[in-house]
Amino acid sequence: MACISPDGKPTKSGARMLRALNSGPGSPEEIAKDAGLPLFRVRSGLRELAQAGLANQKDDRYEITEKGKGLIG
Amino acid sequence: MEEVKEQVISLPRLGEPAPAFEAITTHGVLKLEDFKGSWLVLFSHPADFTPVCTTEFIAFAEIYPELQKRGVELLGLSVDSVSSHIAWTRNVEEKTGTKIPFPIIADLSKEVSLAYGMLHPGQSKTETVRCVFIIDDKQIIRTILYYPLTTGRNMQEILRIIDALQTTDEHKVATPANWKPGDMVVVPPPNTQEMAEERVKQGYECVDWYLCKKKL
Repeated sequence: MACISPDGKPTKSGARMLRALNSGPGSPEEIAKDAGLPLFRVRSGLRELAQAGLANQKDDRYEITEKGKGLIG
Repeated sequence: MEEVKEQVISLPRLGEPAPAFEAITTHGVLKLEDFKGSWLVLFSHPADFTPVCTTEFIAFAEIYPELQKRGVELLGLSVDSVSSHIAWTRNVEEKTGTKIPFPIIADLSKEVSLAYGMLHPGQSKTETVRCVFIIDDKQIIRTILYYPLTTGRNMQEILRIIDALQTTDEHKVATPANWKPGDMVVVPPPNTQEMAEERVKQGYECVDWYLCKKKL
């Protein structure tokens, strides 16, 4: 997992995506801009965050979950 | 007697959609569709910890900022594990100071290599040859280059091809031999006699009606 370490904590790039999501739901393009990460990394990372229950996907937009909020303190 | 069936896989061709994939990389699991909207240079190398490949990876890392200015991402591939890729790229950084900033596919199953025709048994039965696929922002294959195991790639030629393709898309022109940005471009040849007669009067630099150039 590129966004979540084996210990369940977000990696540096995972935390950047979660912080971007914490400021409001967004499309992968918007999250990439906010997080300062390449779009391909964000598309892949958002899939991982959603699979781990840290983000929810609604159409082409993602929002952080309570579990996700808990990981960024 | 047991019948041996050889699977025939058609190679990707120019102008066709790039074969979709989902692959384990040094940057996590990536799908081809993750790169939609960006151009992509997908390239294979024979193996980690080999000399020519090391020089190529340093060279790809050096042109990465230029590629990004053109909206192009890089994605490497070989039939090695993620652990091997990580160990090799860390070694390259430690020994040469060059950080490899782009992901590398660990194609142990050879799924991507086979889909893109990167395995050439006449060169090696186990290693991918040096392929370069230039894929546009709509995920159409625009250029395919194959280099043998013994010849490292020319990064300036890869940049030149991308410049030429993006110039063609933007201005609907072609580019002549040895073209580089700033040179004159070729105006598409006329399709009718009337257009040919008009062409020579249009102020282009023409050798004849079928070969006219202009400045952009």
